[in-house]
Amino acid sequence: MTATRRVNLVAGTALLLSMAGAVFTLRAIDTARLAPGVQGALYIRSTTVLRRLSLGYTGLLADIYWTRAVQYFGTQHHVGSSDYRLLAPLLEVTTELDPRLLPAYQFGANFLGPRPPDGAGSPGAAVALMKYGIEHNPDQWRLYYNLGFLYYTELKDYAKAADAFAQGAKLPVTNKLLEVLAARMAQHAGEFDTARMLWFTTYQSNQDPLIRQNATEHLVALQVDEDVTRLEKTVEKYRQQTGHLPTSMGDLGRVGLIHGVPTDPKGNPYRLLPDGRIEVQDAKSIPFITKGLPIITKASDEAARPSSD
Amino acid sequence: MSSRIGYIAFNTFREAVRDRVLYNLIAFALLLSATALLVGQVSIDIERLVVVNLGLTAVSLFGVLIAIFIGIGLVSKEIDKRTLYTVLSRPVRRWEFVVGKFFGLTGTLVVNTFFMAVGVFVALLSVAHRFEKMDVPVLAAVYFIVLQFFVVCALALLFSSFSTPLMAAVFTFALFVIGNLSQDLRGFAKTVPGVSGWLANAIAYLVPDFSALNVIGQAAHGDPIPGRLILFNTVYALLYSAVAISGAVLIFQRRNLK
Repeated sequence: MTATRRVNLVAGTALLLSMAGAVFTLRAIDTARLAPGVQGALYIRSTTVLRRLSLGYTGLLADIYWTRAVQYFGTQHHVGSSDYRLLAPLLEVTTELDPRLLPAYQFGANFLGPRPPDGAGSPGAAVALMKYGIEHNPDQWRLYYNLGFLYYTELKDYAKAADAFAQGAKLPVTNKLLEVLAARMAQHAGEFDTARMLWFTTYQSNQDPLIRQNATEHLVALQVDEDVTRLEKTVEKYRQQTGHLPTSMGDLGRVGLIHGVPTDPKGNPYRLLPDGRIEVQDAKSIPFITKGLPIITKASDEAARPSSD
Repeated sequence: MSSRIGYIAFNTFREAVRDRVLYNLIAFALLLSATALLVGQVSIDIERLVVVNLGLTAVSLFGVLIAIFIGIGLVSKEIDKRTLYTVLSRPVRRWEFVVGKFFGLTGTLVVNTFFMAVGVFVALLSVAHRFEKMDVPVLAAVYFIVLQFFVVCALALLFSSFSTPLMAAVFTFALFVIGNLSQDLRGFAKTVPGVSGWLANAIAYLVPDFSALNVIGQAAHGDPIPGRLILFNTVYALLYSAVAISGAVLIFQRRNLK
């Protein structure tokens, strides 16, 4: 083998091995720098400074900040963190850099509003963001719809929700359902049908698959909540008729209160507990449900927790 | 072999000094002195932060610019001046020439960084009047900046081994910018599904990660730098430099110098 070939062989091998080693080390660095204090900082919060630094390319910078906000929310959500302290500043910077960036309002409010682990639990910040969006985009009915939605779902302020829907309904280009929603807020706030209509409007007015999936999951959860409420009322009715609680769903069927075995939208039969409560079989498969959840005792919680070693 | 690499490295260092590269230290000293004097008068309680942030950023940017603009000329200048033929006509192998040039330039930058780091600490002393425990991460940040220079020098040398100085400068600077955004790049890649996601992830891991080597923000706030991050970053910078230098050697071996 000539000296040149030998050098080429050594250099080629060194290149490949070093590259593989560098990739593995980078993966290790990723774990090392995810430690608190090293990651997750927003050093420039001033939009004025950022505008100057961007040399006029504020649109691009807003897109980068919006992506950072999405990544930040996704990462915190993925690790089950309840610490979303950078989310609101990131969204503020994004929308101040580009006040017409509509997804930042629509998604951002959905990130900020819901309680952890589904969101940052800052409905006030979500409302402020949406109002800022409406101020700069007064002709966008979706923003009024999202504001009303926030008031309805997170703050339970039905009057303000009705007001937001009504304002959105007055726009030249709007969704007719807003008018119906405004009326429903005034009359039937808190009912399953109203919530269903809100999520249906969300599903219908968006093409984004993630939003649609989220709306579908909420619609399924609403169905479960409604089923559980109805079945628990049926159990109570049975108790009033017979003087004792039913021992199985069959007991309810035998007196004609239900027909067949009631199942959740996933096809699993609802479970009747000895104390008369109704429980879903696999609560983890149906996100966002508020009823039919198993009661987690301290002992079962500790048993379910993975061991530290 | 090692003595030949040493001679080339030393000559590269001497040439850089003759090119008045270290004159940037004067500009740096003026910048820091002016900052230390002015910030205290126009702001409240951020003197230390500004000295660390501005000082380390200047160390990094001055060094990167030197690494790029000297690194890209290391090979082409020797060809243009025809001094390369004199060197290679002696018992010096091409790979020894490339590796020697790399060590010469990194040596220049280490000396340059040493003086600038001394300047940062003097400025820190002048605004805080004493050193504190929270100044220790500044040392780690300076060390990471030196590691950054290793990778930039190696990349500049790689690109200069096959392209014109202007294109090599553009490629190196572009890769430096991309490398500073590489963490975001890997974040984006994770969100892309399927084969394109796999490809995006592979590309994200192939570009150098300069963001891991930038802890200036944390150092300014006195946040401790984990020991394992120092270890991993050292290994990473050395390995990535080895990748670029190996590439440069492979290309330079094949290059027709007639």
